[in-house]
Amino acid sequence: MKLIINNLSFNYESIVALKDVNLELGVGEVMSIVGPNGSGKSTLLKCIDRILKPKQGVVLIEGRDVANMKHGELSKIIGYVPQNSTSTFPFTVFEVVLMGRKPYIQWSVSESDKEIVAEILKFLGISKLAERHLNELSSGEQQKVIVARALAQQPRILLLDEPTSNLDIKHQLEVLSIVKGLTQSKQLSVIMAMHDLNLASRFSDKMLLLKHGSIFAVGTPESVLTEENIEAVYGVKSHVTNSVLDSPQVTPIEPIAPGVEDSEE
Amino acid sequence: MSTASEVKRLYAKGEKRKALIILYAFIVLLIIIVISVSLGAGSPRFMEAAQVILSRFFPFLEIDPEKTDEIIILTFRLPRIVLAIIAGAGLAASGATMQGVLRNPLVSPFILGISAAAGFGAALAIVLGIVVFSPYTGYMVVANAFIFSMLAMLMVYGIACLRGITPETVILAGVMVGFLFSALLSLIQFVAPEYDALRAVVYWLMGQLHTATWEKNLIILPIVLVANALMVRHSWDINVMSLGEETATSLGVNSKRVLVICITLGTLATASIISFTGIIGFIGLVSPHIARMIIGSDHRFLLPCSIVLGACLLLCSDTLARLVFMGSELPVGIVTSLIGVPFFFYFLLSRRRQLWH
Repeated sequence: MKLIINNLSFNYESIVALKDVNLELGVGEVMSIVGPNGSGKSTLLKCIDRILKPKQGVVLIEGRDVANMKHGELSKIIGYVPQNSTSTFPFTVFEVVLMGRKPYIQWSVSESDKEIVAEILKFLGISKLAERHLNELSSGEQQKVIVARALAQQPRILLLDEPTSNLDIKHQLEVLSIVKGLTQSKQLSVIMAMHDLNLASRFSDKMLLLKHGSIFAVGTPESVLTEENIEAVYGVKSHVTNSVLDSPQVTPIEPIAPGVEDSEE
Repeated sequence: MSTASEVKRLYAKGEKRKALIILYAFIVLLIIIVISVSLGAGSPRFMEAAQVILSRFFPFLEIDPEKTDEIIILTFRLPRIVLAIIAGAGLAASGATMQGVLRNPLVSPFILGISAAAGFGAALAIVLGIVVFSPYTGYMVVANAFIFSMLAMLMVYGIACLRGITPETVILAGVMVGFLFSALLSLIQFVAPEYDALRAVVYWLMGQLHTATWEKNLIILPIVLVANALMVRHSWDINVMSLGEETATSLGVNSKRVLVICITLGTLATASIISFTGIIGFIGLVSPHIARMIIGSDHRFLLPCSIVLGACLLLCSDTLARLVFMGSELPVGIVTSLIGVPFFFYFLLSRRRQLWH
């Protein structure tokens, strides 16, 4: 579904986390949000899913303001994959993915709920983990389970908070290819917060570069990932080349001298 | 690689197995009831007990049991067995629910400090004769214990609200309120003018079921029944909350609301039980753990399983408490831990073995 954000702002008490963010995302598009630590990437995702209530601005899905939707209704439209997801008590993979059916379940689990879960597990290639406990899996496997849980909601919009941060290169590619593939086959709209600029560049149609909670640049990976932008936002000298993959790839070289650009951390 | 239909079948099989486990646990409970009703001070054994019960439920059979047997079974053993079942079930369900919504395995149904508060209320009535309100004189201690439990709950919510209700603020406020009331309880014990009153307070704090009557059971039963049913109804919400507040919100569950509802229900059930029985610890903490090891973490199965296990554990404990020193009563609160701990370790160790395979 089409997503439009107008003038979104958010504060954590007196600290400004997001300021006047505007964006538009169409069906079948993947957008990456990049930026330094603390630049507001996760906060933006949480504001879209109303896990946090924005101080200002609106989030429109197909023209409807999400502030006027019930959480139950929103949970059938937006799937959210948090940065880390563990549970205190041992749930099996099947049980965790089944929780994604919560928006549709009253009490009893229907045959079709179980079928949807089993199909998603198969689609992500984790059928054999179905009876294992979430907490005893590797980070890569856990991430796939959490993505599966979000997919079980049958969302139209998928939000992922650093979906590859703890994964090895194979799992990184697998998870992102799955997301990219789904975006096209199921006509989803996807927004993901990313740290790895090269992965973001490769798997996104659009990129959004945040600095101190404001948009510094937005557009195609080619237009956002320039040496000037990276130096201005991250305070890092870099070399940007066009790779064999037909997307710009960033090689960070060195941080510029402190004091020239105030770094976040 | 297993196919989707196989995965689905495997899960459905697991669901059936869990339902069966609950059924088996229920059968075990029935067996314990039969044993418990057949043992104890006085003459009636299994046959006599069966005669009394049959004559009650099926008067047309024209069985004519001994009058003394009838009195022992109907006014002493049965009400006490029923109370053990209600109390065990209520404490276990409250414990399982509170552990779930607070996402903390160390939580017991007394987490809001209500055991100390109930103890303080009871001591106030026993030692100083101070009663806030009581419907009639026989219920002075009970009413006081209940009122102070509710007061503790309100204090915890009040304090937690100041920083926003989260599992952490609720647990911390609960621990603090608990300390406050146990200090006040100690103060009363310290200034207690006579030895008998002090002894009565200590005895109350250990928990006992011998004061059970049908009348009291009829007060506790509806509260525990309704609270348990409502807690079980929230099973899905509790499941989803175990993945964290953010995920719960994104799945359409209002964690704060569910947290307050479930903790209030659990505290109400627990307070209404311990106001009558005194502090019976351990059941509410350990039954959910044992149930989790047997049946997994899905609260749709975990809560019913905890309920039956809690009833089994408390009834076993109380039957032993009646039997160990025939004639003089051992407080059941002592026995619950004495038999519960080895039981718990048995399950813990047997589960480990399974994991190593």
